[in-house]
Amino acid sequence: MSDEILARIRANPKYQELKPRRSGFGTLLSILMLVVYYGFIALIAFNKEFLGTPLAAGVTTTIGIPMGMGVILFTVAITGIYVNRANKEFDSLTAEVLKEARK
Amino acid sequence: MSRRLVSLLGTLLLGASGCVLAAGPDLGHVEKQPVNVTAIILFVGFVAVTLWITKWAAARTRSAADFYTAGGGITGFQNGLAIAGDYMSAASFLGITAAVMTGGFDGLIYSIGFLVGWPVVTFLLAERLRNLGKFTFADVAGYRFQPGPIRAFAASGTLVVVAFYLIAQMVGAGSLIKLLFGLDYWIAVVLVGALMMIYVLFGGMTATTWVQIIKACLLLTGVTFMAIMVMAKFNFSPEALFAEGVRVKSQLALAAGKSQEEATKAGLAVMRPGGFVKDPISAISFGMALMFGTAGLPHILMRFFTVPDAKQARKSVFWATTWIGYFYILIFIIGFGAITLVLSDPAMLDAKGALKGGANMAAVLVAKHVGGDVFFGFISAVAFATILAVVAGLTLSGASAVSHDIYATLLKGNKADSASELRVSRITTVVLGIVAVVLGIAFEKQNIAFLVSLAFAVAASANFPVLLLSVLWKDCTTKGAVVGGFLGLISSVGLTVVSPAVWEAVLGNPKGSALFPYTSPALFSMTLAFLAIYIVSKLDNSDNAKAERAAFDAQELRAETGFGAEGPSGH
Repeated sequence: MSDEILARIRANPKYQELKPRRSGFGTLLSILMLVVYYGFIALIAFNKEFLGTPLAAGVTTTIGIPMGMGVILFTVAITGIYVNRANKEFDSLTAEVLKEARK
Repeated sequence: MSRRLVSLLGTLLLGASGCVLAAGPDLGHVEKQPVNVTAIILFVGFVAVTLWITKWAAARTRSAADFYTAGGGITGFQNGLAIAGDYMSAASFLGITAAVMTGGFDGLIYSIGFLVGWPVVTFLLAERLRNLGKFTFADVAGYRFQPGPIRAFAASGTLVVVAFYLIAQMVGAGSLIKLLFGLDYWIAVVLVGALMMIYVLFGGMTATTWVQIIKACLLLTGVTFMAIMVMAKFNFSPEALFAEGVRVKSQLALAAGKSQEEATKAGLAVMRPGGFVKDPISAISFGMALMFGTAGLPHILMRFFTVPDAKQARKSVFWATTWIGYFYILIFIIGFGAITLVLSDPAMLDAKGALKGGANMAAVLVAKHVGGDVFFGFISAVAFATILAVVAGLTLSGASAVSHDIYATLLKGNKADSASELRVSRITTVVLGIVAVVLGIAFEKQNIAFLVSLAFAVAASANFPVLLLSVLWKDCTTKGAVVGGFLGLISSVGLTVVSPAVWEAVLGNPKGSALFPYTSPALFSMTLAFLAIYIVSKLDNSDNAKAERAAFDAQELRAETGFGAEGPSGH
């Protein structure tokens, strides 16, 4: 019984579509996260002066501060973007696949 | 070129490397403070509320599922707060504030490194954990593997991580409470042990989660108030706050006998990255331990089984990331508050110009400055509550490894009834509690700074590779996972023993005699584990291996769709 359902899920084109779409999206966002984080760290490694540049003449705040805060906000945002799409689009696709398999 | 590369690599994981501070700075060697009555009254209030919750939770804790996972009835938002609570430990709160106070911008790099592991957990593991798992991470890692060997490995991995982490927390608790409350070390340790046992024994996961949620809310409220008060002193202008921070730092440098030019430079240093990578390999290795260790900590993984489905599991990581990110932004402000409000006050400094009671006092002294004695007491009580909540979660995950992985699955072949499994986990909780108290007292005078980083290194080198490859890689077999996992476990512990932190600092061997010169083994032990899993799995052509590869499809189907996943127990 359960094997039959599993076979039906596997054969469903929607499942075939869901898997690469979700893992592709996850991979894309993972790469983005790594680029942003390691980009920031590479700046620390190679261009400390840039991060230490004041935002404007006579201002104490340096470029590094908004950039660092930006990485934190980006981390939260990218997690939110994935969760939002997964919980709506991917989950409704999953629900359809399961519903069709149980028929 | 190669030099540039090494320096790049060194700095690459620098952010995360500093997070050892976040995970647990050395809270030892502190002076006992006068008895803090407000803090004790507020803490007693916290205990009263949590005991009342435990009583309520006890009535709902009837089966093993209730005990381990709160019956799967925690919402994503609540679970997110609980995960954030596990992460916002006392050490992270006090340690990162201290790091910002000392290094300014460098402190921000620490917290960023600590946070960036979360999206990886979200994208790769969260929903798969929920769809495949039941009570422990071994349920996921061992989904298609032979139960005997994989459970034996997973239980070892869990207990080793929990033991190291627990001792570190207990010793930290004793020292911190001596510092904040003026209580004797042993009283603090016994108190933490006793309360933690009550929460876990009677209230199981429901009580443990709610204690963590309440603490997370109190801590977030506390830091929000502190950050607002700090900003209010500067008319909510970050520029004014930073400018004053730079001024105070320059003044301190001048007072320490630096020239005018050097002092100006020292002041501006808080606004830019400093050069604090001495050894790039150690930095990378530490970074790997913390980034991937997060995805291998049993008490964090366990929280993914407390929500009803994959949707809620994803929501929990989103909320956890949000609160942790929010927390670190506020900590940065509070760290600058410590520079401008605390370091600028000569009464707070000792003869050498350092903070009285140690740099870890920065956060609580800011609390005293902006909110007076009552708020100081509040923040001290929250710090105590924090340790209690984290320790309860650790004990619960250790107990579930023994009762679920070893007793119910390994010894009873999955035929144990819920009542006897529950009994075994309660006995284990008592044993773990007593062991934690005894070791906590025994380790009082020891240098335990290495313990938390060791726990992270083991989690990254043993639990994480096995978990990741068993879920994502079809060709992974029982043999590969168990051999690779144990190699990661043994090599990470072994290399730590012959590293300077243990070989020289703890065992008292002469300086420079340590065989392994780096501070964290993860770079080597994690690579070794992945390679061993790969090679042994590839060479494994047994019938079992064939059956396990054939079972991957069904596992993947369930991981992707949640078909057949454990539902909430429903009451």
